[in-house]
Amino acid sequence: MPDLIDLTLAQTIAALRNGETSSRELTRACLERIERLEPSLHAFLYLAGEQALAQAKEADKRRRVDGREPPPLLGIPLAIKDVLTVEGLPCTAGSKILEGFIPPFTATAVKRLQEAGAIVIGKTNTDEFAMGSSTENSAYGVTHNPWDTSRVPGGSSGGSAAAVAARLIPAALGTDTGGSVRQPASFCGVTGLKPTYGRVSRYGLVAYGSSLDCVGALGRTSEDVATLFQIIAGRDTLDATTAEAPVSIVDFAGVPPERSTGRSRSTQSKDAAPPRELRIGIPQEYFVRGIQAEVEAGVRKAISVLEDLGVEVHEISLPHTEYALPVYYIIAPAEASANLARYDGIRYGPRLDAESMWDIYYRTRGRKFGAEVERRIMLGTYALSTGYYDAYYGQAQKVRTLIKHDFEQAFEQVDAIAAPVAPTTAFPIGAHGDDPLAMYLEDVFTLPANLAGVPGLAFPVGFDSVGLPVGMQLMGKHFREDVLLRMAHAYQQVTDWHMQAPSL
Amino acid sequence: MPLSIEEVEHIATLARLELSAEEITRYRQQLSAILDYFRKLQELDTTDIPPTSSVLSGGSPLRADESRPGLGREALLENAPEVARGQFKIPPVFDA
Repeated sequence: MPDLIDLTLAQTIAALRNGETSSRELTRACLERIERLEPSLHAFLYLAGEQALAQAKEADKRRRVDGREPPPLLGIPLAIKDVLTVEGLPCTAGSKILEGFIPPFTATAVKRLQEAGAIVIGKTNTDEFAMGSSTENSAYGVTHNPWDTSRVPGGSSGGSAAAVAARLIPAALGTDTGGSVRQPASFCGVTGLKPTYGRVSRYGLVAYGSSLDCVGALGRTSEDVATLFQIIAGRDTLDATTAEAPVSIVDFAGVPPERSTGRSRSTQSKDAAPPRELRIGIPQEYFVRGIQAEVEAGVRKAISVLEDLGVEVHEISLPHTEYALPVYYIIAPAEASANLARYDGIRYGPRLDAESMWDIYYRTRGRKFGAEVERRIMLGTYALSTGYYDAYYGQAQKVRTLIKHDFEQAFEQVDAIAAPVAPTTAFPIGAHGDDPLAMYLEDVFTLPANLAGVPGLAFPVGFDSVGLPVGMQLMGKHFREDVLLRMAHAYQQVTDWHMQAPSL
Repeated sequence: MPLSIEEVEHIATLARLELSAEEITRYRQQLSAILDYFRKLQELDTTDIPPTSSVLSGGSPLRADESRPGLGREALLENAPEVARGQFKIPPVFDA
């Protein structure tokens, strides 16, 4: 058997089931690797090592003595982005304003993983309140890209993406409000799913942009991401926006486990995907000037691989794509300005002393929020303020309708849309200096899916000339994550980009 | 058209943010550039276009309005910076 940390989630589950390893052995292997690599990566904000080992011991015991079929993730260590609460573990959302906060409840998505037997090994780094595309906005320091530690891992789920890419853990949860699962997945060469809006409960998620926020999964393979997704998805009475729509289970059974060799395997089970008769659309607006040539080449090559697998390829148009960026950067900050009003230094988090109530608010917020959070709160406050509401927020909501309509029209012709995830591969730490607009432009290809509420799946399709991963995303119809997962799975059966590991 | 210093101060007041003079200068420049970029949206005629505030179709399903146990006072006060007699403690709001 290969080294434990090299196993995919599916292989790890199988190894535990077959008794080839134990949860304790696995958890210890993860913790040892974390201990060795954390100093150069800083993927985690909090580690629950002792607790994880105790839970691993329990899981092993349960597997031994309990006669029943164990839950699917029994004894598997996972990492959780630090914007999702886990009862008893500190949750900062990458912000000083939540320093020391210990949530008294667990997010539904995490709870479902725990009920499926998973062990939370730690909380991963994020841009403050998930606002950013590089983790440089974390108040607790940047995460480094495992492929080149002088570069960013992407963001805001950069800690989770880096942890999976560096094989610190088999899989992780992230969140995606404007690309925060897909872009770091792309920058780190892992697979990441942003589900349909309303598919996964937001209960216990530190709110940023409530009409856009989605909890998603990151793993090495489409199959691994599907495993987590199918567990966390579904109606939750604690989040009124969760949908009743049934979760289409992708059955990967019968598909041989991933191996690190064999680029040209063609064995596929009937269910898990020869994606014949599926149609994908290539939106011309996503292949524009400014896109790194190697990114475009990688994506086009991946599309031709899908074509070889029997997928029909069509040129399509999403005409309002160029407006997604201003629409997003009005709507998300507007929602953020309301959501972040709760951080007032009164009920939780630190309080800076002042003479009056008002001054506690001003001082605590002014000193404890970071610059990007303050900018977005101010942008949102301005866009919602008297005299500017119609021109900014009102107009943005209307253009959002046009963007959503673009997708509805496209999905009358095709089952999925293939596009680059980001215009470039991972950029150097500090590249955007103090230029917020330049950073926003990194999100240009991921924002539209959030505005339209459609699912998006990012996965690795190659490397650029300096060895950085190139990613592609598939966007799908509402509640058809299964189509994307099957298509990416079929791709991963005949390629091995997703099995490449950074040398660390 | 850049924001004025007074406008930035007004927004900061609405948002309850205490900012230094240096921050106000910097945010003024950055926010002006971003708002300038947003002007792109005015290119589009949206006269008959309805706004989208939620992408959910069919609205949110409702549940029965029944009381359920909450987390309890103790758990909720655990994270408070200052507590007195089982409540959040704050400075006086009204003049004595």
